[in-house]
Amino acid sequence: MLRIFHISAVFALTLSLISCDQRRTVDRASEEKVLLLGNGDEPKELDPQVVTGVIESNIINALFEGLCVRHPENEGVHLPGMAERWEANADFTQWTFHLRNDAKWSDGTPLTAADFLFAFERILTPEFGAKYAEMLYYLKGAQQFHQGESDDFSSVSVRAPDPHTLELELVAPTPFLPDLTMHYTWFPVPKHCVLSHGEMQTKHNPWTRPQHIVSNGPFQLTSWKFNQYIAAEANPNYWDAARLKLKGIKFLPIKNAYTEARMFFDGQLHGTYTLAPEMIRYAKDTEPESLRQEPYFASYFLRCNVTSPAVQNPKIRRALALAIDRQAIIDKILQGGQSAAYSVTPPIGEYQPPKAIEYKLSEAKALLKEAGFGPDNPLRLKLLATDRDSTKRICEAVQAMWKQELGVDCTIVQFEWKTYLDKLTKLQYDVCFGGWSADYPDPTTFLDMWKKGGGNNRTGWFNNDYDQQLKTAAQCSDPAERFRLLERAEATMMDELPSLPLFWATTNYLLSPQVQGWHPLLLNQHPYKFIDLTQP
Amino acid sequence: MLKTLISRLGQGVVVIFFLISITFVLVRLMPGDPLTDEKAVPEHVIEKNRAYYKLDQPKVVQFGYYLGNIAQGDLGPSMSKEGRQVLEIIEYSFPASLILGTTGMLIALCIGIPAGILSALRKNSWIDFGTMVFAMIGISIPSFVIGPLLASGIASKVPFLKVAGWGDPLDWLLPAITLGLATAAYIARITRGGMLETLNQDYIRTARAKGLRESTVVLKHALRGGIIPAIAYIGPAFAALVSGSFIIETIFQVPGLGQHFINGALARDYNLIQGVVILFGILIVLANLLADLALAAINPRLRNQS
Repeated sequence: MLRIFHISAVFALTLSLISCDQRRTVDRASEEKVLLLGNGDEPKELDPQVVTGVIESNIINALFEGLCVRHPENEGVHLPGMAERWEANADFTQWTFHLRNDAKWSDGTPLTAADFLFAFERILTPEFGAKYAEMLYYLKGAQQFHQGESDDFSSVSVRAPDPHTLELELVAPTPFLPDLTMHYTWFPVPKHCVLSHGEMQTKHNPWTRPQHIVSNGPFQLTSWKFNQYIAAEANPNYWDAARLKLKGIKFLPIKNAYTEARMFFDGQLHGTYTLAPEMIRYAKDTEPESLRQEPYFASYFLRCNVTSPAVQNPKIRRALALAIDRQAIIDKILQGGQSAAYSVTPPIGEYQPPKAIEYKLSEAKALLKEAGFGPDNPLRLKLLATDRDSTKRICEAVQAMWKQELGVDCTIVQFEWKTYLDKLTKLQYDVCFGGWSADYPDPTTFLDMWKKGGGNNRTGWFNNDYDQQLKTAAQCSDPAERFRLLERAEATMMDELPSLPLFWATTNYLLSPQVQGWHPLLLNQHPYKFIDLTQP
Repeated sequence: MLKTLISRLGQGVVVIFFLISITFVLVRLMPGDPLTDEKAVPEHVIEKNRAYYKLDQPKVVQFGYYLGNIAQGDLGPSMSKEGRQVLEIIEYSFPASLILGTTGMLIALCIGIPAGILSALRKNSWIDFGTMVFAMIGISIPSFVIGPLLASGIASKVPFLKVAGWGDPLDWLLPAITLGLATAAYIARITRGGMLETLNQDYIRTARAKGLRESTVVLKHALRGGIIPAIAYIGPAFAALVSGSFIIETIFQVPGLGQHFINGALARDYNLIQGVVILFGILIVLANLLADLALAAINPRLRNQS
């Protein structure tokens, strides 16, 4: 009996101690200047040259820094990062980056051009097997080296005439190179650290583990609890450390969007990775000041397998595209402020994609009739989709629109991710729901996918004129003229509609008003060094 | 006794070997590829990565390598969480699952056994009906309903409870309740059945006739026989609880093992699925063995047989 009394006393004491500090987790964290972010899933790796995903890049952008840095508000402005300044020749094919003298790794080792050369060589070494090495194919000789046509890295046009100068020669005029350098594939890696835990081409080198990692970004990794959290603290050796307002960031790998929203409303997170469409209305009602709905440089569409008899005829594809009421899908299903897409590439800056598609039933019906289909002879096709609920609802809406307006018999076939990818890649589908999000803020991040034989094309479609137009645009050094050429290329593609545009994306997420300096950005990559937390 | 133990362990090894072989074949029959991704990877890079994971070898050779590695205690590298060994993933995830499973089982036992005994003693009374209806509800309502209800209904209102997360021991409570409820319901039903059968036995009537106290009759004489079916169930149920639950782990953000069953399969991470299946197999074998030993300990007839 006495023992029971003791146990209950200890339990009561523990409870009272725990409940002493009744402030919410976020309020305590704001006071300590630690940003708590939901981050979707456990990262696959933290090596900038191994990863390919958004989840990983959200963390890597805190730990590492490239030659240039994103502006906190304006996508078009590039701020100095590891490079203090840079210049290009008139046609943007030769660039010189001047690295800052005070650039250091988090262990205090000076960061030099040699680290960049090492990083470029490592990611392009075929034996290393980097999945995203193509991002460096802008460099002259990079593709040949990566594909094993040359085994001498000096054939790749990057030079370091001195420890603080990096000279790059590119295959074609690339006015947006500063944007590319902000992508993690272009980040430097610490040569001394990588080599002390393996060789350059060692595939799974443990250098990114918390006990080993050395980085050059505003934050440094302090703890990596698998599937629990990743914590980073301000890096005192960062060149711009004086500007940092945050003392740390904690990334939580929360896979379940509903759990994440519950945690946010319970005061456990400053920001969520996403917000399920079903939660948008609830968020609007309860915490409208926390709901963020911002344009995102991503596009959703229906790929057409042009080798399949069902949609081989461009008239059929156009009819299908004209019969989709995109605004209805956005208003009734997505509810996230997306825009109805009239082309595949979303507009960005001066780039205005052609207005190729709108909701026009009469024309759709006429085109389908011309193609030989009608009520007596309905078009039959299969719509391939992943097993996500949100995808299913969109596909069902499209299915119903096609059925009601055109009499098309469309069957939705859903598969889980890897089977879906397998069928997509092997062209075992008629029409397929898909999307693409940009790697860098330039229309070519979308347009390049539809090139002949491109790995991400996956429609069987090609058009030599289109490829030629892209090539011509790539050789053009006048940015405005280049955009006009790209617009023309997109118009060529939209004439044949290898994919039917649906909507241009937005990001929907929750962000506490305590977070300052976090502005809408098209790539949704927010430079953490400008972010601050106010007291509750 | 020792002979039984050795023969059971021997059977266990055979079971695990078959489990490894069947899993090895089945995962490779799934469509899709562990090394492909949304962004297309150039063919020559895929080839390099295939060679790294030895997927370019004939299946028989792969199996040989795999068995050889297992014999050395190496479950291979994960293909989806690059740079991590499967053993390392299990090492990180198993403690959370073990804590959650054990707490869940304790809750299940604390609710299930008394409820079962009470039901049996008050057979056909409102207590019996009430408990059994409650048990039926516990079995029927899936954890993906109970979990969010507990999180939104209780945790968000009680200051010291978090809706999700895994840090201090209080975080174990809600997921463990969610996990334990269904098991508690099963245990209650099985215990009730076992007790009803025992309470009708002659030796119980004899015990009562001798004037023993009711609590002694029930807890000492009847429970010993009545609990046997429950113990046979608890063994495998415990193994299932500690191997984790994908649903509860994602609802309460528990860094456990259950999610790797699902995510490993979805990502076609062959090594990860095989690794967790082997672990689950070993747990089941051990839990059954322990259940057998426990049964032998409380049932003299079984003890003498062996």
